[in-house]
Amino acid sequence: MVLTNEQQAILNGEKGETLAKVMKTLVMYGEAFHAEKLVPITSKYNHLVTSFGLKVMSPVYDLMQQILDAGVTSGQKFSVDPRPLDKNVPANILQKLVFNKFMYTKQDFYEEQLKELGLMDKDAFSCTCYMDEMGNRPQKGEVLSWAESSAVVYANSVLGARCNRNSGIIDIMGSIVGYVPYFGLLTDEGRRATWVVKVQTSKKPEAQLLGSAIGMKVMEDVPYIVGLDAWLGQQLDDATCAYLKDFGAATASNGAVGLYHIENLTPEAVELGDKLIAEGAQEYIIDDAELERVKNNYPVVWKDPDATPKLCFVGCPHLSLQQLKDWTDKIEAGLKESGKKKVAIPTVLTAAPKVLEVFEQTDYAPRLKATGVVTSYICPLMYMNNPLCKKMPVITSSNKLRTYSSARYYTDDEILHAITKGGNNK
Amino acid sequence: MKQFQGRVITPGEVTAEAVVTTQGFNTLASLQMALQFGDKEVKCGDQNNAELHGKPLIGKALCLPQTIGSTTGGLVLYCACAMHKNPACMLFANPIDSLAAAGAVLADVWVDGVSMPVVDSLGEEFLSYVKDGMTVTVKENGVVEVD
Repeated sequence: MVLTNEQQAILNGEKGETLAKVMKTLVMYGEAFHAEKLVPITSKYNHLVTSFGLKVMSPVYDLMQQILDAGVTSGQKFSVDPRPLDKNVPANILQKLVFNKFMYTKQDFYEEQLKELGLMDKDAFSCTCYMDEMGNRPQKGEVLSWAESSAVVYANSVLGARCNRNSGIIDIMGSIVGYVPYFGLLTDEGRRATWVVKVQTSKKPEAQLLGSAIGMKVMEDVPYIVGLDAWLGQQLDDATCAYLKDFGAATASNGAVGLYHIENLTPEAVELGDKLIAEGAQEYIIDDAELERVKNNYPVVWKDPDATPKLCFVGCPHLSLQQLKDWTDKIEAGLKESGKKKVAIPTVLTAAPKVLEVFEQTDYAPRLKATGVVTSYICPLMYMNNPLCKKMPVITSSNKLRTYSSARYYTDDEILHAITKGGNNK
Repeated sequence: MKQFQGRVITPGEVTAEAVVTTQGFNTLASLQMALQFGDKEVKCGDQNNAELHGKPLIGKALCLPQTIGSTTGGLVLYCACAMHKNPACMLFANPIDSLAAAGAVLADVWVDGVSMPVVDSLGEEFLSYVKDGMTVTVKENGVVEVD
């Protein structure tokens, strides 16, 4: 890798040993991908994936402390993934004990570190930092040092920014020196599609199921998706962006997709069309039967597969304001149909703190509350990642949460049925 | 015995017993629960990976195509190394992915006293040849011997 004089000086230790190690990390990381140079980060803000003060992650906090002790901070302010805890979310005494006294004992300490390093503000905790309310929305063509797989795939695909699927810690190191290695999704070549996915379903495919199927098939490759615009239209309006957010999160968690193109819809596909497709691209056809096959192959890891669900999470990644309103309408209508006043299963809708703040000012908030549904800013995954929750039958419409926990996946309609009519969707 | 030539991501020499996955290795799903709750064997927790689920990973030669999933993957791998609960080595059939590379580099630069050789680009034949329980030796120059 060829470095500028300034970059070489940092690597040589002229600005201290810690910065030299940060630079060495980025150089080695880039060299693994044959990167020939480091390029400046051009976005206003960064986004970090590590938001949780898990005791087990002590090596991360030790590393952060080394950085802080060396007097180094992030050159960019940043947002970060959701907090892991919220007392609004139902939890029994034992769970609360495990969360507060065993698992997340480093939370306050780590949040102090984040503030010192350059956290945007006290509410900058969400995986959907790109929502208007959150204020971290990069522009097309900007170079990022983000992590969080669902945010990276959204920034690349829907916003047209340029970012690799960086890991936690690498994300902040980019901000510290102001550069990222130039490879992969930062380059024109790396953004070309090596898969053509043909959507041939008889109805609008469920976003999180379609994303799962594509993620598992193409892994980390770039898919160019045709036929989906027939269901989504050709405008990136609120509803379509919410669909793509959920779709992308599933591609990134069920596989390792960092960028997708949707014909006639996403910015680069609109601009370049099928010129984005690389020679020799493979083909994957998705029809109703393929989606059914994918869904039926998900393992059921509940001890009792017929158990009645004890909790339902919707909002991984975090819901948009419009999605919160839509769920309110749907839940109200579902309860009216079943003659019930409250949801049959404790249900949590999760969204970014600032989205919830705006939601609370609408007349939807009291209506949702009246149904018994709780809103929260937490990361459901962080809630689920412990043996106590593993034993608990939790349902979700998030394919990401399904992938990383024992939560069982259902489509949005099935979730709505379960929470408003009762039953376990066997 | 068969030899495969790969590319060295982080150097080192080790001999260990193989555990093999032919699907992407989801680092977060595989390791987090074991690290969090002190599983000494670091059994794979990824319920979506039938080849690895429940198998011990600590001290093993982890043979895989690539890693997938959450971008916490690199830091989870870094933590596993810092806690001395890492595989003995990671051997990739494909070119390495960004999350695994991050974990390998972070461990190499920031963790003292831990060596986890990482070799990539060993090819599809490597992954179809190596099986659970075989003995794998990694050389400094990226040669991998499978016995």
